[in-house]
Amino acid sequence: MPNRLQGVAREGSPVTPQAHPVPDHGRYALELRGIEKSFGANQVLKGVTLALDAGKVTALLGANGAGKSTLIKILAGVYQRSAGDILVDGLPAEITSPLTAAHNGVQTVHQRIDESIVPGLTVAENLLFEEIVQGGLPPIGSLRRLLPRARAVAETLDLEWSDTKLRTDVFELGIADAQLLVLARALVKRPRVLVLDEPTSTLSQAEAERLFGVVTRLRDEGVAVLYVSHHLSEIQSLADHLVVLRDGLIKDRQESPLDMNRAVRSMLGEDVVVEVEQTDRRHGGVVAVELRGVQLLKRSTPVDLELRYGEVTGVVGLLGAGKSELARGIVGADPLRAGTLRLDGEPFHPRSVGDGVRRGIYLVPENRAAEAMLPGWSLAHTVSLPFLGRVSPFGIINRRAERTRAKAVIAEFGVVSTGPDQAVDALSGGNQQKVVVGRWMSSGAKVILMDEPFRGVDIGARHDLSQKARDAAGKGACVVVLSSDVEEIREVADRILVMVEGRIVLDRHATEVDSEAIMTSMSEVAPR
Amino acid sequence: MTDTTTRSGTGQQSARRRPPRAPGPDDLSPAIRLQDGVVKYGFVAVTVLLFIYFALSEPAFGTPASIFAMLKFASVTAILGLGMTFSMVVGGMDMSIGSQAGLAVQMAAMTMVFYNLTGGTAVVVVLVVGLLVGLVNAFLIVFCKIPDLLATLAMMFVIQGVKLIPVDGQSVSAGMVLRDGTPAPGKFTPEFLLIDRGTIGPIPIPVVIMLVLVVLTWFFLARTKWGRLMYAVGANPEAARLSGVPVGFYRGLAYVLCSMFAAVGGLILVSRIGQGDVNAGASSLLEAVAVALVGTSVLGMGKPNAWGTLLGALLVGIVLTGLTMKGFQYYYQDTAKGLVLLVALLFSYTMSRKRVRYTPAT
Repeated sequence: MPNRLQGVAREGSPVTPQAHPVPDHGRYALELRGIEKSFGANQVLKGVTLALDAGKVTALLGANGAGKSTLIKILAGVYQRSAGDILVDGLPAEITSPLTAAHNGVQTVHQRIDESIVPGLTVAENLLFEEIVQGGLPPIGSLRRLLPRARAVAETLDLEWSDTKLRTDVFELGIADAQLLVLARALVKRPRVLVLDEPTSTLSQAEAERLFGVVTRLRDEGVAVLYVSHHLSEIQSLADHLVVLRDGLIKDRQESPLDMNRAVRSMLGEDVVVEVEQTDRRHGGVVAVELRGVQLLKRSTPVDLELRYGEVTGVVGLLGAGKSELARGIVGADPLRAGTLRLDGEPFHPRSVGDGVRRGIYLVPENRAAEAMLPGWSLAHTVSLPFLGRVSPFGIINRRAERTRAKAVIAEFGVVSTGPDQAVDALSGGNQQKVVVGRWMSSGAKVILMDEPFRGVDIGARHDLSQKARDAAGKGACVVVLSSDVEEIREVADRILVMVEGRIVLDRHATEVDSEAIMTSMSEVAPR
Repeated sequence: MTDTTTRSGTGQQSARRRPPRAPGPDDLSPAIRLQDGVVKYGFVAVTVLLFIYFALSEPAFGTPASIFAMLKFASVTAILGLGMTFSMVVGGMDMSIGSQAGLAVQMAAMTMVFYNLTGGTAVVVVLVVGLLVGLVNAFLIVFCKIPDLLATLAMMFVIQGVKLIPVDGQSVSAGMVLRDGTPAPGKFTPEFLLIDRGTIGPIPIPVVIMLVLVVLTWFFLARTKWGRLMYAVGANPEAARLSGVPVGFYRGLAYVLCSMFAAVGGLILVSRIGQGDVNAGASSLLEAVAVALVGTSVLGMGKPNAWGTLLGALLVGIVLTGLTMKGFQYYYQDTAKGLVLLVALLFSYTMSRKRVRYTPAT
């Protein structure tokens, strides 16, 4: 299978002397036994048992909310585990802070690179930041005196950075170089265990390949690498072992050859596969929105797509597959990278959400708290916000009409609340979602795009919302539901699209596919 | 909530059953209810108690003449505070408001004294200049994307500096000598001076203007679509944008309105002092910020609002008038204003369980 690692030599890398001896056979570089973590009443990790072999890359896969970041933060010493043991080289280890994690030979490169570098300081100072902070190097003094040491750090990664580059502000570095900088800094300590959290999310193809070369070399030098990623193609080509985290537990362990199909199913929860009743699935009619040559992601190929009236189109894909980009591009929330849109057969160039809303294209955004909720706002105000003009003759809000609209949404969607004046923040997640979906659906939606509408929503509310989506399509609307959950999509959709890395890899009527086929295409590794 | 938990009634679900949301007032402990009451009515109570205290201890304080004088004194602060309220509603703050009031003072004086034009012309000039400055602020914040506080801070210095140039750093007064050695041709017209000195019935004109503007601002912010959308922009700009609100327009509008209010405040001020004092408006920024922030804590509103701002201005007026009557020197005034603001902030941020929806963005 063609992949991003082609041409990366596995042998022949210079093996640098190890600070830690290679452990005896049968002992793991890092072992987690029954790790639990709770935040208040919410138990995120429910007993994670996991072992990392020295000289192996172990991939960690998990959907949103599976507990991945919590696990990584425990390894990094950011969070404290509630229960369980951590063993390094077979010996119990206490990881209570980032510093003790480093002492135990565990280094973590977090996803947010910008949180790990210090703008305003030079590249050299950033490379030596930890030594400077810990007093190993003078905090003030000539940059020239730091350069030899900085050069040595850069060389652990074979970075041939000139003195000029080391002297520049770290802000001037590209994202890829910044990523390598943080990695080099982690490697100075000669870690036994290296945790990489989504290291390629901001990298270009060439930059990513360079990173893979580094990871491969470290593996060959005996480092245990925990590689966290959503990119199945990367995992396929890079990882020796694979573990899948779901609902705070390890659900699947694999050794190469890796079965990505099985991994995706354990990640999404194969045990909940229920055959959805498919009696009332419709076929859509006239094309509502037409996309031509639309590029969704930085590294993706253009997409052609037609969305039809009178059906629910379900778009399913893993995180980062380009679902949100698709929805936001259509409604005008973000500009398209490339390509054109047509609405009802006519060219449509939305420059803001207002353009979309005026034409009857509505978006329920992915992140309810950050993108839809107004802190402290009442239900009535939240409902009326997008269509305030309709209840405001001459600009003056008719508060009775406003409350009537809110009451209609409450009644139609079964929002459990004390009435139109209750603050939306005080409602449960499912009821909040009913409010932010209902305010659009009750206002003559022509095209409605719902991005992860069932996230943080209880089963009852989820059932109500998908019924409403189906009703809207039955009345002729073009309804698009985007989700990473296969069962949610199968429950609601007439037509199912699978997105992988910005492309549409499957487009079928709901009666023609089962969960198995959807998951298989979701785990499809993009040809490169 | 209850029906959903029964519908999905697995053991795990019921174990994690959330406590009932949105408890009514009856569910709260007496201590918390007392605290809520203090937060909600505390400021009004403080204002009334201070008024009663001063009225009882200083017989001159409670007379109608004294009360009108106090209201007149508070009017400029209240009007600038209302302007500031607009900028705070959209989540910003106009640091240039004091210098804009000062600019209005000088523009009015120059129009009448240098160019010998009527008071009516001066009013028009000041309002037009106010509009232009507001548009510049809006341009810097919306199009140039400079954070509100920083853009208006820079404008504050620009305005303060630029306005000194045509007058060679001098205050503009009738009969002053111009650059070419001739005396200035004009003077403050009697009609113009009436803005501050005139009355409608027993009520001084500045007080009438203040009350009219408070009502208009309240109506605009609380009852019209445009005001509501301004609050939306301040509460969560991204949610507003994704609801189709033209966020830039409303932020810009807020700064234009703020500048117009600064111009009106400046007109009353210059009519009061009767000359183009170069230092006029210097202390107005902090007063405007203070009364608008006091206003956010009033009646548990938790957001900038017109009546709160008025009450803030009245409280500051009562405190300053009272202290003056008690014989405190002028230099105690800043301390008093600072303490009033501090108490208001304690009510809003420390004691309130409700999250205050104004935290200035930079």
